Amino acid sequence: MSVNAISEYHAEPKDRVENFNGMQLLYVYWPKHLMFCAPFALLVAPDMTFGAFVDELLKPAVAGHPDSGKADFLNAQWLLNDEAFTPDPAASLIDNGIDHKSMLTVTTSGLEGIQGSAS
Amino acid sequence: MAIKNKKLNLKDKYQYLTRDMAWEPTYQKKEDIYPDEQFEGIKITDWSQWEDPFRLTMDAYWKYQAEKEKKLYAIFDAFAQNNGHQNITDARYVNALKLFLSGVSPLEYAAFQGYARVGRQFSGAGARVACQMQAIDELRHSQTQQHAMSHYNKHFNGLHDAAHQHDRIWFLSVPKSFFDDARSAGPFEFLTAISFSFEYVLTNLLFVPFMSGAAYNGDMATVTFGFSAQSDEARHMTLGLEVIKFILEQHEDNVPIIQRWIDKWFWRGFRLLSLVGMMMDYMLPNKVMSWAEAWEVYYEQNGGALFKDLERYGIRPPKYQDIANDAKNHVSHQAWSTFYQYSQATNFHTWMPEEEEMAWLSEKYPETFDKYYRARFEHWDKEHKEGRRFYNNTLPQLCQVCQIPVIFTEKDDPTVFSHRQIKHEGERYHFCSDGCCDIFKNEPEKYIQAWLPVHQIYQGNCGGADVATVVEKYYHINPGVDNMEYHGSPDHQRWLDIKGLKPLKSQSEKKTAA
Repeated sequence: MSVNAISEYHAEPKDRVENFNGMQLLYVYWPKHLMFCAPFALLVAPDMTFGAFVDELLKPAVAGHPDSGKADFLNAQWLLNDEAFTPDPAASLIDNGIDHKSMLTVTTSGLEGIQGSAS
Repeated sequence: MAIKNKKLNLKDKYQYLTRDMAWEPTYQKKEDIYPDEQFEGIKITDWSQWEDPFRLTMDAYWKYQAEKEKKLYAIFDAFAQNNGHQNITDARYVNALKLFLSGVSPLEYAAFQGYARVGRQFSGAGARVACQMQAIDELRHSQTQQHAMSHYNKHFNGLHDAAHQHDRIWFLSVPKSFFDDARSAGPFEFLTAISFSFEYVLTNLLFVPFMSGAAYNGDMATVTFGFSAQSDEARHMTLGLEVIKFILEQHEDNVPIIQRWIDKWFWRGFRLLSLVGMMMDYMLPNKVMSWAEAWEVYYEQNGGALFKDLERYGIRPPKYQDIANDAKNHVSHQAWSTFYQYSQATNFHTWMPEEEEMAWLSEKYPETFDKYYRARFEHWDKEHKEGRRFYNNTLPQLCQVCQIPVIFTEKDDPTVFSHRQIKHEGERYHFCSDGCCDIFKNEPEKYIQAWLPVHQIYQGNCGGADVATVVEKYYHINPGVDNMEYHGSPDHQRWLDIKGLKPLKSQSEKKTAA
């Protein structure tokens, strides 16, 4: 359906990648760790390697969680936009197929959050 | 000498002063005078069927409101002269007022603008007059709320710039975008959204918690405002029900349109009320009732009866009502977790519940609190006591429609975030629920333009590249004074001084001392 308007209606998306000054948005969800109240929204350089993303962005983001030290993200199960995904740590995000406003889900099996509460 | 009694009875007076103020145009076509009345597809065959249950005329309106106002301001004066702020239960309560002043009072103003606009757009005189009166009510509510709370601004931090903050602070885009969505819709959708879904179906869940909360916590100024607004609210609720029945009775083609709007605005209202749920369960030192109990009484019971009544018009209860009913046991905990960890970017303080408060939450939420939330809160409490108060140092993913971070969980599995994603014209969009995703799919052009605070910060449109600069320069929040942890804050210190629990500090150190 489309908007019901009094005259012809045209709108531009506010969050096109061009508006992010060469960067792009990336969302990351770490299931069973809902102490972080929502998936993270990160600003990333598309040519950053996946390995650098994990070390420089993901690890500091989760550092406050007691499970963070035990999490082996590079050997975890990843989803990219809800589909199974095997990242190449040496390749860039964009070459890994991670485009603007993509969502990554990383499951670290065995880690169940604070006292197993999925927090 | 005898004169004839010229006083009109109420019915005649209403007829003369309302309906007879209108006329049938002859120089211009009706659709040119009321150009917004048709495009939504709502068919009105006979405006004279519009019933105004109160038959209130403008002269009577001014008289009643002026009397109420006089009494209200006398109490505000007395409250200020007697240092009424010293009689509240605890200074943590003032944070509920900060939320109200920046989140709700600007909505009253937005409602005023909305009703002033639609009050011009109906060709029926009865509807126009009702909308004009409600517009004035809403303007008064916005003003009197600000006056009721202004006394607190002299003694506590964070109440200094609510209108500015409403347009900027990340979580205030939730209430703001709700009203922007309604105000940018056609006049009939606006009435369905605000008069019916909000004022009639959900308003008790906003007003009762805040006003009873004020009463339970010794805040006479806000309670008195609540009493003063009560008769207006009753009128708005009655109008909300009349509006919906009138539209449904006018034409059967209106039914599916109204149903879609009820589905949309119930869901948007339910999401918005997460903020009230959190306020009730976590921000009131003296608790009125739990959010789950309030939802049961004011939505499940009252709403259930209402939708039973509307069945004869072909209206069913709102879509996803089952998800909303289940969520009553989760949303307040999820929202408070969010504000606790992003308290460096809020205009009020947050804290972890004390032990007795945790026990109260366990009792009120036997199925959920201990199982899903207690461990998280005890962990945070311990961290804080060991000098590591937890703040989330990233920004959260926001829902494209309600603009709340994607914090809610699945109905069938509260350990999993409810997240939906679609692609529309090559762009990816993310949502907190099927409810919000459906709203987007019905009118994507509207929501692709959403001003999402997190994305705006990352685009560089909020005055700085880092959160600290955005918070201070763009939001006008004084970091560590207006926000962050309550314990040890200047507000906390000031309260201990007031209560004589610590030696009273010198004058120069009060209020803004960091």
